Order: sequence, then structure tokens, then C-alpha cells
Amino acid sequence: MKKILSYLFIGMFFGIVMYKSEAASWFRIYEMFQFQSFHMYGIIGSALVLGVIGVQLIKRNNLKSFYGEPIKFVPKDKGITRYLVGGTIFGLGWALAGSCPGPIYTLIGAGYVSIIVVLLGAILGTFIYGLIKDKLPH
Amino acid sequence: MEWIFEPWPWYVAGPLIAIIMFLLIFIGKQFGMSSNLRTFCTMCGADKTADFFNFDWKSQRWNLAVVVGAALGGFIGAHYLSNDVTVAINPDTISTLKELGFNSAGSAYLPDELFSLEALTSVKSLSLLLIGGLLIGFGARYAGGCTSGHAISGLSNLQLPSLIAVIGFFIGGLFMVHVLFPLIF
Repeated sequence: MKKILSYLFIGMFFGIVMYKSEAASWFRIYEMFQFQSFHMYGIIGSALVLGVIGVQLIKRNNLKSFYGEPIKFVPKDKGITRYLVGGTIFGLGWALAGSCPGPIYTLIGAGYVSIIVVLLGAILGTFIYGLIKDKLPH
Repeated sequence: MEWIFEPWPWYVAGPLIAIIMFLLIFIGKQFGMSSNLRTFCTMCGADKTADFFNFDWKSQRWNLAVVVGAALGGFIGAHYLSNDVTVAINPDTISTLKELGFNSAGSAYLPDELFSLEALTSVKSLSLLLIGGLLIGFGARYAGGCTSGHAISGLSNLQLPSLIAVIGFFIGGLFMVHVLFPLIF
């Protein structure tokens, strides 16, 4: 129960950051794809710079988790097709709905009922992928 | 403390996202939001239809708690930490959007033309939201991750596949905004 509460708290923290930074705003995503603001690039870029440094520090110093276990980073499977094609399909949806999978929940919480349609679409899209996965090039 | 009610700048938001990723890493988990969509499918019984959904969804309960938290955070952010919903995007972006028919640009958090309750009664905007969602869900699973899993977690770990996926995100996003939007709107 204590663990679940800590995940709930991390999620809440994430939701507040998504909402307050306007990364959950359709308008910010559109502006990003128009290259008319540094805002979204600044968010992703600064998160990444700290992310790269932190991951290197964890690896080089063999840092342990809060529970004393070794931290494992699972490398992504090699390949090009699935990442390029899947990524492009995702990008089309990201720009159209103006929301990626995290902010969808944030926007539902913020009271935008219509986002539930995007969520249902995303669940359905995931289901369709699962059905035809073996027929797709990866 | 007044700044808290203003929109947060990128140099506050970006580092906070990195902290969220490291909190999860130090708990022994990975930051990735789109995998929850697969969990929902399994919870609804999709494991009987396709092997892809045949996994122990209960092992993902932690991520479902993150999702519930993300919604709660949206509620708190919108209702207790904000004075108004205006997103101050670039004036040039606002005029481009107004030409496309998005008159709410510059005065709303989400475009009324797609997300208002009235828009829900229009077949066009309803279909666009559904199609947007379909592409997000299908693409994220095909690519094995979304913005959090690839652009943040994957790139932080210097994963080439994540870089390819992020390049894909931008090919798709740029094509949608620059080529398809003028045709759709």
C-alpha cells in the first residue's frame, strides 16, 4: 500500500508538471512542430541533458536502488523499421490529437471530457497492433 | 509563491521531468506511459484474442497508480495551481492557427474547435480525435514506446533505437502539421 501511494504521488507530480508546463497543451505541440518556440525543445532538452548525466553517473558508480538492488537498464531491441515506421505513425497522432500518452490522463483530470475519445482511440490502436503484430515488419 | 500560478518555464519543467524519471529508476522501474494502454487491453480480456496481451498485468499495477496520479495532478494543476487557462504561444503561431479556423488559439488551453463539448457532437472533430488516438496507440506500441519511453528514458540511456523513433515522431508530426493540417482544417 505504501508503495502504491508513492507511485500515485510520483504520477501526481508528473501530472502537475505536464499541466503547468503546458506540455499537455495541444497548442504547445503545434507550436513545436512549427518551430516557433523553444519551450517544448527546452523541456525535452533539459530533461535529456540531466537524464544522460544521471544515467552515466548511475552506471559508472554502480549505484543501487532505494531497496539496495542493482539498477538495470534494459537496452532497446535493435532494428530500424519498427522505430521509424511506428515512430512516424505515433508522430502523426501526437500532432493531430496534440497529446502524448502521459498528458492524456492529465487532461482527463483537468476536466477535458473529449480527451476520453483520444484515450479510447489509443487503447483501440494498441489492440489493433496486438492483433496484427506478427504480420508487421519489425 | 505567485510564480507557481503562472505557467512553468521549460527550465523548471525539464529538470522536474528528469527527477521523475530518476525517482522511478531508483525504485527499480522504468518511466514509460504508453505501456499502460497494453495493460488496459489485457484487463479488458484482450489476452484471449492475441498473444501480445498475454502477460501478468498485475505486475503493471504500479504504472496504473502513476496514471491515476497523472490524472490527479491534472486536476490539481488546473483547479488549484492556475489562474487562467490561456497558453501564450507565439503570436505568429496564433495567426497561422486562426487562418486554419482555430479561433481559440491564444485564449485557451486546448482548441475549442476540437475539444469543446459542442465539438463532440460534430462527426468531423469526433473522428479526428479518435483517429489521433488510434495513431498514438498503434504507433507507440509499434515503436515500443512514446515520448516518455523513447525521447526521455531511451535517449537518456543513449539508445540508438530511441533516436530513430524520435526522428520518426518528428517526421510524422511535421507531416501532419505542415502537409495534412491545411487539407483537414
